[in-house]
Amino acid sequence: MTVVVGYLPTPQGEAALEQAIVEAQRAQVKLVVVNSSKGDALVDDRLIDAREFHLLEERLTAAGLDFWIERSAQGHDAADEVLRVAQAQRAQLIVIGLRKRTTVGKFIMGSTAQRILMQAGCPVLSVKADGTW
Amino acid sequence: METLSLLMDGFASALTPINLLFALVGVILGTAVGVLPGIGPAMAVALLLPVTYGMETSSALIMFAGIYYGGMYGGSTTSILLNTPGESATVITAIEGHKMAKNGRAAQALATAAIGSFVAGTIGTALLVGFAPIVVKFAVSLGAPSYFAIMVLALITVTAVLGSSKIRGFAALGLGLAIGLVGMDPVSGQSRLTFGFAPLVDGLDIVVVAVAIFAIGEALWIAAHLRSNPSRTIPVGRPWMGKEDWKRSWKPWLRGTAYGFPFGALPAGGAEVPTFLSYVTEKKLSKHPEEFGHGAIEGVAGPEAANNASAAGTLTPMLALGLPTNATAAVMLAFLTMKGIQPGPLLFENEPALVWTLIASLFIGNTLLLLINLPLAPVWAKLLKIPRPFLYAGILFFATLGAFSVNMQTADLWLLLLIGILGFALRRFGLPILPLILGVIIGPMAEQQLRKSFQLSAGEISGLWSEPVAVTVYIIIAIVLLIPLILSILRKARGDSSELTAGLASGGMISEDELDKVESQQPSSGRHSADDALDGKDKP
Repeated sequence: MTVVVGYLPTPQGEAALEQAIVEAQRAQVKLVVVNSSKGDALVDDRLIDAREFHLLEERLTAAGLDFWIERSAQGHDAADEVLRVAQAQRAQLIVIGLRKRTTVGKFIMGSTAQRILMQAGCPVLSVKADGTW
Repeated sequence: METLSLLMDGFASALTPINLLFALVGVILGTAVGVLPGIGPAMAVALLLPVTYGMETSSALIMFAGIYYGGMYGGSTTSILLNTPGESATVITAIEGHKMAKNGRAAQALATAAIGSFVAGTIGTALLVGFAPIVVKFAVSLGAPSYFAIMVLALITVTAVLGSSKIRGFAALGLGLAIGLVGMDPVSGQSRLTFGFAPLVDGLDIVVVAVAIFAIGEALWIAAHLRSNPSRTIPVGRPWMGKEDWKRSWKPWLRGTAYGFPFGALPAGGAEVPTFLSYVTEKKLSKHPEEFGHGAIEGVAGPEAANNASAAGTLTPMLALGLPTNATAAVMLAFLTMKGIQPGPLLFENEPALVWTLIASLFIGNTLLLLINLPLAPVWAKLLKIPRPFLYAGILFFATLGAFSVNMQTADLWLLLLIGILGFALRRFGLPILPLILGVIIGPMAEQQLRKSFQLSAGEISGLWSEPVAVTVYIIIAIVLLIPLILSILRKARGDSSELTAGLASGGMISEDELDKVESQQPSSGRHSADDALDGKDKP
């Protein structure tokens, strides 16, 4: 049993990671961090670089967790990547960050979050960047 | 003074709101395609050819000129920020520019590239104003044999001097000439290379060929290599330069311009040799030679100026002789032909308004480019985040639409696909694109001059060297072909030579790792290492 979190170096991603660390500590299970890029753009800031990878490792170690970071530079769609890892790890919980999208934007670009919510075989916890009302 | 008043007329018509708008559209599009590696100004102009059917010739030409210059500016941005030179002319910029960006001096590198491009582009265009009429005066006296010789010179030099492999260059040139031959023989009316296929009798439309080679070929190539490890943005602020940077930049700008324009103006063309020469010169003259290889600002300023000055220079043979020496100029020339305008020395006489409006728009475009590039460089860099499937879907859409709109016949779409696959094969086997596209465009023109010479001399082959200019040009061709050979023999005999001749012998193309090897050596042994690197490449 594990907690899987979809991680991007953005406020939403950070919020999801914070929450996932809390959940993993509470359940005393392994935390799997998924960070992926399709590698179809020349520049992609959402993929963590070596330095950020290292910082992430230090941070998770400090949290006293058993963890694994799954980083794929030429991966599939982010939703597929999270779902695949969650299924392989028999995840008990998936944590994702949500961001505000307009209806039109969602219609054109689709929604990674929505696909994970609909297709996941386990509970999904969604987190917003600033949790204030 | 006559030139000046003509130029002022040109400014008057280029500064109308509608033409200014087209210039702005051109420079924005040009910068955008320049920033995106793989999509160059030549592809952009080819894709826009069908759009210009309904446009004023001068407006369309102004837009194309904007794209042409804009591509040069945009290319340097990608080289500096991403170390991915979009074209061979910006390879040298990437060497020092990317190192500067890594050291946190991206803003200064972008600024010196943009301002240097502006300075060189403006001086280059001014030189074009001065030189083109002189070249025209000389060119109107030339007969068909001389023209043929000059065209052969252009084809040979572009093929043999530029690019890394002569055999590949000539293979591409042969393919281009063959494509140019398709259709009816202009003199006897016989069908050539049509294989009984009716749509081919009119020849292959240049729009279809250009769009297929540039757009379809590139899209297929990207589709085959879509996934790559994405890099991270290098943070850039607004480009600016300190006092020290200005002091170190202005001389390289001027020297780069001095190298770039003559090389561009020769019917040999090409920006690779002058950028390389400029880099080597700056390295020699610099007060900070130790910085070269670690981000020296002179190494960005000089080559970038040389690059843009040669772009301006290239327009001299294009406007004065009707002879393009780079891909974008070739497609622009195809546009003129399409509009029923006869390119050549008579262009200045028959279409003075068009020519001078174009030249005036070059000055305007250059200024616009500086204005949109200095403050907006970080915005342009954002274009690199566009997922390429979106980008190439759009390109394929416009390519197909454009190819179909030329003649409204389905056969063109099959030809588009077929030549597109040829374009993919060229990239797959490392054949250069430029000789092919020049073969397609200059080939039929050269054939016309050849047939004319033979008609004048009643079929005697000696008619080809019946003019002194033709003889001189043939001698130059021989020298151009022999120089690399002689240089390599000399080098082997002496067992040593300068980096410069070594670089020139290999066509001015020296790859980055070879230069890195030069950098990493001690100054005293650096000369040998360049030779070793090049010799090693020649040996099987």
